[in-house]
Amino acid sequence: MKIRIALTGNPNSGKTTLFNALTGSAQYVGNWPGVTVEKKEGRYRAQKEVTIVDLPGVYSLSPYTLEEVISRDYILEEKPDAIINIVDVTNLERNLYLTTQLLETGIPVVIALNMMDIFNKSGDKISIKALSQRLGCPVLPISALKNDGLDPLMKTALELANQKKKFEAVHKFHPTVETALDKVEKILYHNDNANKDLRWYSIKVFERDDKTLKKLNLPRDIVKDIENIIHNAENLLEDDSESIITGERYELIEDICSAVLQKKQTGLSVSDKIDRVVTNKWLGLPIFIFVMWFMYFISVSTIGTIITDWVNEEFFEVIVTDAATSFLESAGAAPWLLSLLVDGIIGGVGAVLGFVPQIMLLFFFISILEDCGYMARVAFIMDRVFRRFGLSGKSFIPMLIGTGCSVPAIMASRTIEQDRDRKMTIMLTPFIPCSAKIPIFTLMAATFFPRNSLVAPSMYFLGIAMVILAGVLLKRSALFKGDPAPFVMELPPYHLPRPKGVLIHMWEKGKSFIIKAGTVILAGVIIIWFLQSFDWSFQMVETDQSILANIGHAISPLFAPLGFGSWEASVSIFTGFLAKETVVATFGVLFGIAEATEETTGLYPHIAALFTPVAAYAFMAFNLLAAPCFAAIGATKREMGTWKWTFIAIGFQTGLAYLVALVIYQIGSAIFYGTNITGAVIVSALIVGAIVYLLFKAYMENKKAVAQN
Amino acid sequence: MKYLNEVPIGSTVKVQKIEGMGPVKRRMMDMGLTKGTEVTILKVAPLGDPLEIIVRGYALSIRKAEAKCVVVS
Repeated sequence: MKIRIALTGNPNSGKTTLFNALTGSAQYVGNWPGVTVEKKEGRYRAQKEVTIVDLPGVYSLSPYTLEEVISRDYILEEKPDAIINIVDVTNLERNLYLTTQLLETGIPVVIALNMMDIFNKSGDKISIKALSQRLGCPVLPISALKNDGLDPLMKTALELANQKKKFEAVHKFHPTVETALDKVEKILYHNDNANKDLRWYSIKVFERDDKTLKKLNLPRDIVKDIENIIHNAENLLEDDSESIITGERYELIEDICSAVLQKKQTGLSVSDKIDRVVTNKWLGLPIFIFVMWFMYFISVSTIGTIITDWVNEEFFEVIVTDAATSFLESAGAAPWLLSLLVDGIIGGVGAVLGFVPQIMLLFFFISILEDCGYMARVAFIMDRVFRRFGLSGKSFIPMLIGTGCSVPAIMASRTIEQDRDRKMTIMLTPFIPCSAKIPIFTLMAATFFPRNSLVAPSMYFLGIAMVILAGVLLKRSALFKGDPAPFVMELPPYHLPRPKGVLIHMWEKGKSFIIKAGTVILAGVIIIWFLQSFDWSFQMVETDQSILANIGHAISPLFAPLGFGSWEASVSIFTGFLAKETVVATFGVLFGIAEATEETTGLYPHIAALFTPVAAYAFMAFNLLAAPCFAAIGATKREMGTWKWTFIAIGFQTGLAYLVALVIYQIGSAIFYGTNITGAVIVSALIVGAIVYLLFKAYMENKKAVAQN
Repeated sequence: MKYLNEVPIGSTVKVQKIEGMGPVKRRMMDMGLTKGTEVTILKVAPLGDPLEIIVRGYALSIRKAEAKCVVVS
């Protein structure tokens, strides 16, 4: 018989550690359909027929955040056989808040009282028996980190699961609330959806929980009757019903805690002392800058680059390519197959896989920061800056990583809890120029602005300016409109990172990049290779005769208003989707210069013939902002969860790139070359005017809002 | 009426009420800021916002804008 046990608890309560300890290595990560939050499922080490489901860490089962809705939908709809509620004993009050809600779902609950080792050392005392009595469910002390008490915990959980009995919560609220709940229960008894879990539904209906009311779809007269009952209780207790229940829960918990806990008064904990320094008014920022610099220095600019370069230039370009070539040639493979495997797949996928070491290193550091508790402080320190343009303090890390590669940057946005902030971060992070875009800027700057050292770096400023501008504008768009997400965030106590957890996290990130992004990239690579190697009669030809060249000719008029309407430029933009490095390489192929890099001076005259300097700058801006490479699009799809949002992101990026390039070329040409004022120039001027107006409006509204407060 | 954002750093106050409604209010209450709870203002972030407070024995960070909804005494 199959048994499913759900694992729930607050964030930072040691849930993941317990999950890893219970499942060992037999775990996999799966996505919930349509959403980006991960659900983990694993098999219990000792009994493989038992599935353990790791639900997202939540503080409550309120209907407001994605994670909470996922957790409660899983519990109510999928009905696991038992719930293990992991409770951090060193933070009992807040942890038990979720427990009181879980106990009302009707599913049997076992409490795993975690961090007992730390608790015992502190000298505090707890009566586990009394706690179990007051909550009406078994309570077992464990230490997930030290693997203590896990077998008895699972034994109890399995016993409960096998009984398949409905659980009845024993805790009661204020008499006035209970009277109201009784009345609601009597009404709901006749509703088919609600009468299986009456206690849960009557509390939720009493709280006026939107999601529940929608699900029950009660007739209008019944809603009116219930509304009367709620009003009555609200008048008596002088608060709204949702707050009454929340307050009642905490009062109940305070009562329980004072009965079962004996706290020894202690001074500052080690964690408090660390925090005094780390988020200190004066030292906070310098320490933050140092930590970020160190992480970046190791994983992006030194060790990471060395390994990535070796993988790209030695491993894939020389070792694998040579081996594959000689093998295929000796096997007498057809030239097209050789070309597909070597130029297409090994070249394309290899360029992407080269980033795996960098990604793993970055996630090694990110896991450490998250595990030790510093990540919450990063958000704490940077929130003020990023909030101004609609992002969260946690958006800083993706933006920083984005200077190396957009793929891990987009993946790093996972740490942002707020759905809106996360989506916006994913959309805006690719504006930060990644290392693969640098050769484009270098080539263009060297060709057209050899004496101006500011042109290439100006792309960074343009990228940052666009993040801010787009952030301010997007925040006001229908997609992201609404009240600002609350920034009510726990600052968890510091602790030493656990090597095992850090390594698992790092490996999972690397693996998911290889698998998920890899499938998208592989398909993309094959398509582009096909287009650039064949003509319409499916004969193998040079690139300038290929279907891709044809497409280049066809789409080049689109880019004419931006100043780069040549088919070569169009083709290079197209191949840029493969990997931004290939933009320069494509010019090399098209002009018959093998192995072209941004330092190949032979390329300069050819490039100079294609662009005017202003058009070259517009070309740089377009490449900076337009849809990122396949790997980054794959990562976007993975983190956004749906194709709809992926296309919104790509469409927004490319659309903005087009507008910016248009404005640069048209207005730039009018100013520097005195070209005639045409329709396109007027349109560009209007775009600039509209953006300035919107920004001004946003600024004035912001000022008004500040003044009102 | 006094609000949480007006309380000097280092002092401890009692929550009277949370104003407003919807997700922000519920979230703050879920995190333990209910009527009668003691709150200590620990510090302000290096750039002047958000605040770090101690509630129910743990550290919580909230923005000044949110602290403005918390009536204290």
